[in-house]
Amino acid sequence: MAVGRNAMQARQRANFILFLGPAIVLLFLFFIAPVVVDIAIAFTDMGPTLRVTEFTTANFERFLSGDRRLAQVAVTTLLYVLGTLAIFNVTYGLLLAIMTTSINDRAGSFFRAIWLLPRMSPSVVYALLWAWVIDPTEFGLLNQVTHGVMGLPLIDLMNDTPVLLIIILNGFIGASMGMIIFTSAIRAIPEHLYHAARVDGASGWQVVRHVTLPSLRWPLSFITVYQALSLLVSFEYIWLVTNGGPFYDTTVYALYVYKRAFENGQYAYGAAMALVLVAIGIAAALSMWRFLDMKSLLQPPRIEVH
Amino acid sequence: MARIELEQVSKSWGDVVAVEPTDLVIEDGEFVAVLGPSGCGKSTTLFMLAGIYAPSGGSLRFDGQVVNEVEARDRNVGIVFQSYALYPHMTVHDNILFPLRLSKMPRSEAMAKVERFAALVHVDELLDRRPAQLSGGQQQRVALARALVKEPKLLLLDEPLSNLDATLRLTMRTEIKSLQRRMGITSILVTHDQMEATTIADRIICMSKGRIEQIGSPDDLYLRPNSLFVASFIGAPPINLVEGEAENGALYVSETRLPFLNGGAMGQVTLGIRPENISFAEDGLAGTVAAVEPMGRETLYILRTPIGHFSVLQTSSTKRYEVDASVNLQFAAEDTLLFDRASQKRLDGVQVHLP
Ligand SMILES: Nc1ncnc2c1ncn2[C@@H]1O[C@H](COP(=O)(O)OP(=O)(O)OP(=O)(O)O)[C@@H](O)[C@H]1O
Ligand SMILES: [Mg+2]
Repeated sequence: MAVGRNAMQARQRANFILFLGPAIVLLFLFFIAPVVVDIAIAFTDMGPTLRVTEFTTANFERFLSGDRRLAQVAVTTLLYVLGTLAIFNVTYGLLLAIMTTSINDRAGSFFRAIWLLPRMSPSVVYALLWAWVIDPTEFGLLNQVTHGVMGLPLIDLMNDTPVLLIIILNGFIGASMGMIIFTSAIRAIPEHLYHAARVDGASGWQVVRHVTLPSLRWPLSFITVYQALSLLVSFEYIWLVTNGGPFYDTTVYALYVYKRAFENGQYAYGAAMALVLVAIGIAAALSMWRFLDMKSLLQPPRIEVH
Repeated sequence: MARIELEQVSKSWGDVVAVEPTDLVIEDGEFVAVLGPSGCGKSTTLFMLAGIYAPSGGSLRFDGQVVNEVEARDRNVGIVFQSYALYPHMTVHDNILFPLRLSKMPRSEAMAKVERFAALVHVDELLDRRPAQLSGGQQQRVALARALVKEPKLLLLDEPLSNLDATLRLTMRTEIKSLQRRMGITSILVTHDQMEATTIADRIICMSKGRIEQIGSPDDLYLRPNSLFVASFIGAPPINLVEGEAENGALYVSETRLPFLNGGAMGQVTLGIRPENISFAEDGLAGTVAAVEPMGRETLYILRTPIGHFSVLQTSSTKRYEVDASVNLQFAAEDTLLFDRASQKRLDGVQVHLP
């Protein structure tokens, strides 16, 4: 018996390493180690020459009181994240999912494929396309239509509505993720529920309201949390299309960090600001976890491993 | 509350024909049962009546009004789905309330009705639970309450009792029947249980491969089946079928000669005799017992005879025979059913007897 128990414990240990080992190694290499390095640099005075001469909290003092640009950056970031989520990643993704699942299968797949294209095209190509679309002269694609065909005055999105531009820019890509998740969630709803609701007297909208949406509670929470966090840290499209401009109008926090660190060589200050982003990310994730009851998203294991 | 008429109603998906053009009239307040093997189009027919599927052809009338184009929500039908289809995020109470809520019934009235119908199907203790917290039988009863609560003019039941235990099934059966009588709802019950069909329904519809094979009273289907299919589908244990050749006023099965008593036939003919209509006797068709299956009140014997295997149902109180015992079989001419194998139809009035 004793031997059996020892063997079982040994097997449990082996299973632990086998099942969780790779994930732990990755977590350490790509999350914990960078954060540790980041913390270390944040408390130095590392500048363009990469030399560290002293350990200091000056970066955080600057962050809290000395950086006049920060307030504007924070507001832009908030507008950008909330706007993209509310307009595209959640709402439009949901709309696309509901619409493409209620028309016939082939047309539905076609429209979904179209909305996947921005995500699948290389970022640089996508950015170049946008640069052409928003070009403020009459050669820009948008102006060719609105100015050339419809006779409206020339539009300069970059200067007139810069934040809206970066919201659209990211939203076109972000909507597809929600669309896919919501589509598969809608597909998983048993067809008979729709039939039952129809027979019970529901109109098309009432079917969506009483059958579809309640089943999407978890996917909706997931997309909101996940996309909020990824919008918070991503800046590649903004960087490629507007480079944070005009002036600082589209400089979101992550881009600001990047610019300070890599364009101005203020590595230590950049690291300190990145640390704040990590803290915000963790806090946001945890509070949303509580708030949206993410725990119920996690299922108990289907099979038990001993 | 509604007279249902189907005129050449059919349903197909591309090449798949689920229901062939069908004519059928169900009288106001009538209770009919639909019997048939899996995949014969029972659910599809119900779905067309409910307005979930649009018929591919023909016209469907409620009280003389063509309803082909009328949406499900405007038909006032109640349906219990084979899969229950309860709304998973709503409590039992809200599930039953849902049709009333959509019909904008005053809240107090709706609440009272929910209570009443929940009590009727014995789920009044479970009103706060969600469907996932119910057993299959409990879910089925909730589905029944949800279908009944709006007092529909047509009630469609797609195997609504299949998950209940035998006792509960019997009570629910009686319950449904008396409810249907009281409310006068035209009802259609799909079932695999012949007992259920025969006890609950005024008429039984027997379907096969998308077609109605026969409509009639339980006696019609049992005693006077139109076709080989109905004869073999109705009755448990199933009818004994023996294939033979008819000539010179008798049916020949291998060497055995069974003279025609009434009428006659020619060509390929199949003889059917139900297991309960065969008895053991001093003389008659000789056979040996191949298997004995006690079934409680009755015992089923499988017998080997020169003209094939026969199953014979005997009350268990009579003399027991062991395996390999030699026996003689008798059956009365009026219990024989004869079918033309080419057309699969029953030869009306034709009977055979043992020489
Ligand atoms: N949506 C559909 N698309 C294509 N074929 C279908 C569809 N629904 C049903 N069928 C086909 O139609 C036929 C009849 O199906 P139906 O569900 O009416 O059978 P049923 O008599 O209710 O069977 P069961 O007793 O197993 O419930 C089957 O051959 C089935 O495969
Ligand atoms: Mg069915």
